[in-house]
Amino acid sequence: MTHPEEPSTGAHTQGIPAPSPEATTGVTTTPGSDPERPSGNGRWYDVARAITTGNALVAVLSIFLAVVVGSILILVTDDAVRESAGYLGSRPSDFFRSSWEAISGAYSALFRGSVYNSRGADFAAQIRPLTETLKFAAPLIAAGLGVGLAFRTGLFNIGGRGQMLLAGAAAGWIGINADGPAIIQLPLAIIVGMAVGALWAGLAGLLKARTGAHEVIVTIMLNYVAFYLVFYALSRQSLLQAPGSINPKSLPMDDSATMPKLLGERFNLHLGFVLALVAVAVVWWLLSRSALGFRFRAVGVNPHAARTAGIDVGRTYVVAMLIAGALVGLAGVNQTLGTTTAGVTTDLDAGIGFDAITVALLGRSHPLGILGAGLLFGAFKAGGFSMQASEGIPVDIVLVIQSLIVLFIAAPPLVRAMFRLPAKEAA
Amino acid sequence: MTTSAPTTGPAPVTDTPPVIAVVSKKAPVILAVVTVALAAAVALGSQSGDTSFRLATRNDFVEIPDITVPAVGTAWVAVVLMALCAAESVRRYLAHRDTPLWLVAVFSVIGMIGFLGWAAAGATLPVVGLLAGALALAVPLVFGALGGVLGERVGVVNIAIDGQLLAGAFAAALVGSVAGSAWVGVLGAAAAGALVALILGVFAISYFVDQVIVGVVLNVLIVGLTSFMFSQVLAPNAADLNSPPRLGPVTIPVLGDIPVIGPILFRQSALVYLLYVAVAVVTWALYRTKWGLRVRAVGEHPKAADTVGIDVVRTRYRTVLIAGAIAGAGGAFYTLVSVSQFNREMTGGAGYIALAAVIFGKWDPIRATLAALLFGFASNLQGVLSVIGSPVPSEFMLMLPYVVTVFAVAGLVGQSRAPAASGVPYRKG
Repeated sequence: MTHPEEPSTGAHTQGIPAPSPEATTGVTTTPGSDPERPSGNGRWYDVARAITTGNALVAVLSIFLAVVVGSILILVTDDAVRESAGYLGSRPSDFFRSSWEAISGAYSALFRGSVYNSRGADFAAQIRPLTETLKFAAPLIAAGLGVGLAFRTGLFNIGGRGQMLLAGAAAGWIGINADGPAIIQLPLAIIVGMAVGALWAGLAGLLKARTGAHEVIVTIMLNYVAFYLVFYALSRQSLLQAPGSINPKSLPMDDSATMPKLLGERFNLHLGFVLALVAVAVVWWLLSRSALGFRFRAVGVNPHAARTAGIDVGRTYVVAMLIAGALVGLAGVNQTLGTTTAGVTTDLDAGIGFDAITVALLGRSHPLGILGAGLLFGAFKAGGFSMQASEGIPVDIVLVIQSLIVLFIAAPPLVRAMFRLPAKEAA
Repeated sequence: MTTSAPTTGPAPVTDTPPVIAVVSKKAPVILAVVTVALAAAVALGSQSGDTSFRLATRNDFVEIPDITVPAVGTAWVAVVLMALCAAESVRRYLAHRDTPLWLVAVFSVIGMIGFLGWAAAGATLPVVGLLAGALALAVPLVFGALGGVLGERVGVVNIAIDGQLLAGAFAAALVGSVAGSAWVGVLGAAAAGALVALILGVFAISYFVDQVIVGVVLNVLIVGLTSFMFSQVLAPNAADLNSPPRLGPVTIPVLGDIPVIGPILFRQSALVYLLYVAVAVVTWALYRTKWGLRVRAVGEHPKAADTVGIDVVRTRYRTVLIAGAIAGAGGAFYTLVSVSQFNREMTGGAGYIALAAVIFGKWDPIRATLAALLFGFASNLQGVLSVIGSPVPSEFMLMLPYVVTVFAVAGLVGQSRAPAASGVPYRKG
């Protein structure tokens, strides 16, 4: 079917040959074929282009649209608004006043919880929400980098949950059982956690490189395998379970293995945020300044051309997944050693593994974009909790708004059509 | 498994070139490994006593006594029989012949009996309850897998099965409570699943957004939406909006009285009977009707389908909507059969198991159904064994469907090939 607006991704693909049947596959495995031959380059080319190009206007409009939909949800479910809507005809002012109160109450609570609390007693209390935002943003940024790096290589890493769980559990095991000064135990726990995350993701990369197994399916399934592995470890006292406990929970971390607080004990912001910033810098350097990063991007844009140019595509997939897993693992480590130091549980990922996908998409898989998207979603998370506490609006609204943002951003023609913007010209 | 074996017999008189057969050695290797694993478990484990297999239920037409066997002895007999099967598989491999499916089936049944006899030592294993429970647990998986198969067959990857199940569960609770009828609830669930599918279709078919991205994001969106509505609307008005009538078990006359099979297959909730109909209709429609031929053509080669005058976009929309309705109806299981109220994130990722069943079932409705039943069996077996107290950690039983799927995708268990155009948006022109 033809559209009034030619989709921008469509315009981009005109430069490359039309996907041939053997190159166009979805969730497909072709174990019989050349093991190093990845499938579906045409599609991943589109994805990579859709993620890495596009303009800021669509992003802003997408956020706006998502917030509008979220506001409608808040209005529809607000008791005062519904009541006043019952007599809208006789006293419309009531309806508009209650609507305004519901919406402004919700968003001012969101702002108070995420940026600046004007009701705080002193300056520290007033800026505390901002530090909470940074605390929530740190794992989102780290995991978002992991997903984004894989995207740039043409891989879809949905395994964030499993990688975070195993990394967090491994770091937790070191944090509980290895004794030593903080200068040794903390870095050791961080490195072991990241290494475990890397290996778990690398498994998916290896299977893709060797057998052509589609990484989407493999990473989804490995999420559940990891979940049950961690659950198993948490229900065996010889592994991770706290002695004498019947709950699937470990002991709290040693003091020498917890991440130091950055701004003193009044704030929860810890070293994890600094590590996330370092990760942004490293990934930026890796992707835009190093030979390895060039290979990643080359394979992501067109694996066939990359192979012709002498790049070992299968090996690149494995290395990319290893690094991506280490980054997602950092998010898991950040949770165990920094945010929830009371002990390892199977909830330690707190949905970050999936949120990271939305962060990477919103940030268009660019390190700085991911930094911005991570901060935005961190603010949503911090503000969502205060919105729930003060306005009684469930924090789940944040999930709705986040996923709507990503849906709209993924479909620029839809957003353009809604705002009657002219279609984007081919680059 | 992967190649056809040449027929043995007298040399052909015709001048055909010799067929070079490459016989996969995966089957004999896997059979041998499983045999050794069970033997090791029996030898190293400290199980003793007798195991009873209870085949009867309370109100049976014909009384069947329990079958009681010594646990370790049964396991060793099973190991010997399994070793014979494995040896036969090796013999066939050396003779350049494939391992037939019946051999694998016999091996699996013997292995399962041996394992159960060993694992449930000193206890009574309710065989009927185990299988009936497995079927009941598999209901949402089968519905979800059918939806997934239809979607992929027409060329749309449906990662959003979980979202459709969850939306179906939510709608079934809400609509069923308001209407006061469980069947209206099922209709509501189907409509909700179709609605999710419509969003998937708009983004994936009309706007060419990557289908995996849309699916993943839709799952998150539905979790957020249903949890939000649950806390804001359902929970405060639970009596009016979140207490749907239940679909209780219905015994089919005559068929339900058959010993063993009757209680398993024909004393189930009405949703299970709907499931039988759905599997039969989907299979028949996909392979025996003009519509099914068109669906498969669009999924394999949309351009060719377009050339002969099939409207690719319309076919995709229609099929994805039907698939969503089927998956959504499966979600009704959670709120109309399992428990009669909605709760947040109550599917617990079942949609992803259904997705695994689609792939393990090689995109075929019957095989996907069998895979879903297998996964349902694994999770119910885990429940039963943890009650009896078994030497195998329950986490590893629960892990099984996912591990099996990883092996399947990696090509270690047979070959799986998706419809050629699955996941590829169709751009005309």
